[in-house]
Amino acid sequence: MSTFYFIAFLSIFFSLLVIFAKNPVHSVLYLILTFFTFTIHYVLLNAQFLAVVNFIVYMGAIMVLFLFVMMLLNLNKDAEPGKHYLVKLAGVIAGGCLLVTLVGTLKLTAKSDPVILQNANLGLVKNLGKVLFNEFLLPFEISSVLLLSAMVGAVLLAKKEQRATV
Amino acid sequence: MELLDIGIKFILIVVIFLISLVVAMYSTYAERKVAAFFQDRVGPNRAGPWGILQPLADGGKMFMKEEIIPTRASGLLFIVGPSLAIMTACIGSAVIPWGQSLQFGSRTVDLQVTDINVGILYIFGVVSLGVYGIMIGGWASNNKYSLLGAIRAASQNISYEVSMGLSIIALIMVSGSLSLKDIAAQQHGFWANGYFTWNFFKQPLGFIIFIVCAFAETNRSPFDLPECETELVGGYHTEYSSMKLGFYLFAEYINMFISSAVMATLYFGGYNYPFMDSVAASVGPNAAVILGVVLMFAKVFGFIFFFMWVRWTIPRFRYDQLMNLGWRTLIPLAIFNIVLTGLFMTFFK
Repeated sequence: MSTFYFIAFLSIFFSLLVIFAKNPVHSVLYLILTFFTFTIHYVLLNAQFLAVVNFIVYMGAIMVLFLFVMMLLNLNKDAEPGKHYLVKLAGVIAGGCLLVTLVGTLKLTAKSDPVILQNANLGLVKNLGKVLFNEFLLPFEISSVLLLSAMVGAVLLAKKEQRATV
Repeated sequence: MELLDIGIKFILIVVIFLISLVVAMYSTYAERKVAAFFQDRVGPNRAGPWGILQPLADGGKMFMKEEIIPTRASGLLFIVGPSLAIMTACIGSAVIPWGQSLQFGSRTVDLQVTDINVGILYIFGVVSLGVYGIMIGGWASNNKYSLLGAIRAASQNISYEVSMGLSIIALIMVSGSLSLKDIAAQQHGFWANGYFTWNFFKQPLGFIIFIVCAFAETNRSPFDLPECETELVGGYHTEYSSMKLGFYLFAEYINMFISSAVMATLYFGGYNYPFMDSVAASVGPNAAVILGVVLMFAKVFGFIFFFMWVRWTIPRFRYDQLMNLGWRTLIPLAIFNIVLTGLFMTFFK
């Protein structure tokens, strides 16, 4: 349990640093660390497959692309235009409202019965595969088609732009 | 008893760590000797007999050299870059089974640090993390050539990871397990039930795709575009000096060692060898296990030699050729391989 609290503290600490870091590249690096703490959370929950997939997909692929874009944009403090204090105030109010809504929602879910895990090894790749391809076959396939269509859409958009320039 | 288990694991980790470092160290020597052989030269022969102390001299030089950190470089990240590169190179060896288990009285000792049931994916994760060392180092140097080298490295690694993953999927379909221990155990011996047991003979196309991707992931020639000196000065490590540069160069050799070990385990039977059961029956189980470990290392060294052979034979690709090969040739081939494997498994088994 103490491991959980330590890792949870690290998650929150790094995610705060993501927001407070001045340099966008540092911000992305803190986000990578945040995702790494999530991976540890999954390992603590005995969900090895989810942990390693989070590690490969989020830390290893998506964040590399984020970092890629941030490095190419070459953003820095001097280039950032100063914002009016009214804009900042509006941002604080909107963020605060979102926080209140999220906390409220989370408080509601805590009142319902926690799901009692039937099988402690559910997160292992064999059991997860069986559950996905038996009970949740249709949602699984539909979500993969959804991802495929998103990919085709992205390729189509990229292609169109190329034709316009030629 | 519990403490003894931890002690054994600790010794195993230290031994594997030292072996990776020594192998990487002597790979630099072997590389120069192999290059000399291919170019009809002598190669390093001054430090010690046959130049055998050359890696030590090189290492000493790396430590002694002046360390320069550029003034406009981003302080901490400049140090994090090479540290991350060498760390990710070293942790990959944790899931590789180096041999079967040894028997000491009633105690069995596994020659594998840990057998997690997603072993292949762990290797994948480590490989995908390796690119951060290069990217952070390249960006923190605050140098255009470094940044370009880092970005090339990142895009190359991401592109080839895709086809590497797809070639692995076909292998997993055959083996039915993600654990490297299971995959190695399935390739027991050399010949069983009228066919070869080694996965190379079940997945020849998959192996070819995998080895090409392994070359790209370790940034070895002909895919060494991240440090293409004719275009980018030195690539991502242009601004690095002293042992930080040494770490980057060293990480490449450790990666080569680990990827050779992964290829040997996945496709060439790992510690398995022909007639291993009859050998075990005649010389005793422990001696047979040791022979398996020796042969595993022989396979690994064979692959390392292959890496060097290719480096001194094939010239570097152009960058667009590299991307075309990755996206337009290897990915369709890997998908074709998956379909072929699926059809074969449905109709012939």
